[in-house]
Amino acid sequence: MAEEILKVEHLNKFYGDWQALHDINFDLQKGEVVTLLGPSGSGKSTLIRTLNGLEPFKDGNIYFKGEKVEPTPKEWQKLRQQIGMVFQSYDLFPNLTVLDNILLAPTKVQKRDREEVKKEAMALLERVDLADQANSYPRQLSGGQKQRIAIVRALAMHPELMLFDEVTASLDPEMVRGVLEIIKELADRDHMTMIIVTHEMNFAAQIADRVLFLEDGKLLEDTPGKQFFEHPQTARAAEFLSSMEF
Amino acid sequence: MDWTIIQQSLPNFVQGFKLTLWLSLVGIVGSIIVGIITSLVQYFRVPVLKQILNVYVEVARNTPLLIQLFFLYYAFPVMGIKMTAETCGIIGLIFLGGAYMAEGFTGGFNGVSQNQLDAGEALGMNQFQLARYVVLPQGLSLSVPALAANIIFLIKETSIFSVIAIPELTNTALDLIGMYYRSNEYLFVLVVAYAIILIPVILLLDWLERRVRYGAFGN
Repeated sequence: MAEEILKVEHLNKFYGDWQALHDINFDLQKGEVVTLLGPSGSGKSTLIRTLNGLEPFKDGNIYFKGEKVEPTPKEWQKLRQQIGMVFQSYDLFPNLTVLDNILLAPTKVQKRDREEVKKEAMALLERVDLADQANSYPRQLSGGQKQRIAIVRALAMHPELMLFDEVTASLDPEMVRGVLEIIKELADRDHMTMIIVTHEMNFAAQIADRVLFLEDGKLLEDTPGKQFFEHPQTARAAEFLSSMEF
Repeated sequence: MDWTIIQQSLPNFVQGFKLTLWLSLVGIVGSIIVGIITSLVQYFRVPVLKQILNVYVEVARNTPLLIQLFFLYYAFPVMGIKMTAETCGIIGLIFLGGAYMAEGFTGGFNGVSQNQLDAGEALGMNQFQLARYVVLPQGLSLSVPALAANIIFLIKETSIFSVIAIPELTNTALDLIGMYYRSNEYLFVLVVAYAIILIPVILLLDWLERRVRYGAFGN
C-alpha cells in the first residue's frame, strides 16, 4: 500500500469574517501528482500556502506522513524542510549568486556539508541546463531561468513533497515550456509527490493523477485526472473547463 | 578679508577640525549600532523591549539636540552623574542619531518584500536565520540612502556641541570671534572646514549607494 504523505481534514480558514476555505478534506499518497484547479479567487493559492504554514488556519487538521501537524512556528520550520515550495514570482534572493541561493538553506538550515551540497546543486543545475549560470546573479537571468533555479533551490532540500503555486503565471509564453518540462520530468522520473496550482490546462491534463477543483473556497471535485478532463462530475467544473478552451 | 588673521588662526582650527572629525566618527558608529539593534527589536516585535525602544525613538526624535545636551550637561550633575563635556556630547549625539538611524533601518527592513520572507520561510528558516540571511542583507542595502542622509545630518549636528564648550570647529570659531572680533575671516574658515569634511563624505556615500543598489533589481 502506498504511503500517505498528506491528509487534510475539515480545514477552515477565515480572513476576518470572510471564510476563505470551507471544510476542505483530501489526502495525498506518495508519488501522486495533484493539480489544484479553479477560477481566480477560488482559494487555490490560499490552500496551497496553508499546507506549509505560510497561511495560518482556524480549525481542522493537517497530517504530514501520518503525524498530526501542531501549527506552531517551530513545528512548521521543521516540516518546511521536507516540503519544497515554488512561487509565481520566483523569489530568488537578489543579493546571492545562483549557487549561493541553492546552498543557503541546505547548509544553514539543514547544516549539511557545503561541498556535498555543492556537488548535488551542480548536478541539479546541469539537469535544468543552467550549470553555466551558477555564478550569475538573479538579475542577470530571464524569468524562465529564475524559475528553474527556484525549483532547484527547493529540490536541494530533499523534499518529500513539492508545492507549485502558479509557477508559470508570470512567464513569457516561450519560457513556460521549459519550466513545465522540468516538473513533468520530476513526476515521471523521480516520482516526486506534488501539488500544483496552475492555469495551464493541457499541462494539468497530462500530469495530474488527480484534480482538486475549488470554487469559492469549497472543494467541489476530487476526481482522477483523466476523468476530470473528459467527464467532470459537476456542472461548474464543466463550465470552467469550457471557458478555458479557445 | 585679512589672510594673516586666517593664517594665525589655523592651528586652532586644526585642533577643532580633528575634534569634530573624532566626535562625528564616534557618534555615527554609535548611532548605527544603536539604530540597527533598535530597529531589529522593532521589526521582530520583541515584547516589552519594543515598547521601551518605541518610547526612546519618539523622545529622541521629538526633542532638540540642544535641549538633550543641556539636560546631560547641567541636569545630570544635579542628580549626581558628572561627565565631561565631550562624553555628554557623544552620548547626546548617539541618543539622537540612534533614533534617526533606527527609523532609516526600519524603512529598509520594511522594504524587504513579503515574497522574500515567504521564500525564506518556505525553506525552513527560523526567525534568526530569516533576519541574518534575508532581512539584514537586503534591508541594509535599502537603508543606505537614509543612512547617508543621517550621517551628513549628524556631522553637521556636532556644531551644537559649541554650547557646552566642546572646542570643536564651531566653538573654535565663536571663541576666536569673541576674542578678536574678526567674524568674516573666522566664519570663512569655519565654512571651508565643514566643506572639507562633508564633500568627501558625500562623494563616498554616493558611491556606496550606487554599489549596493542590487536590492532594487529583479529577484
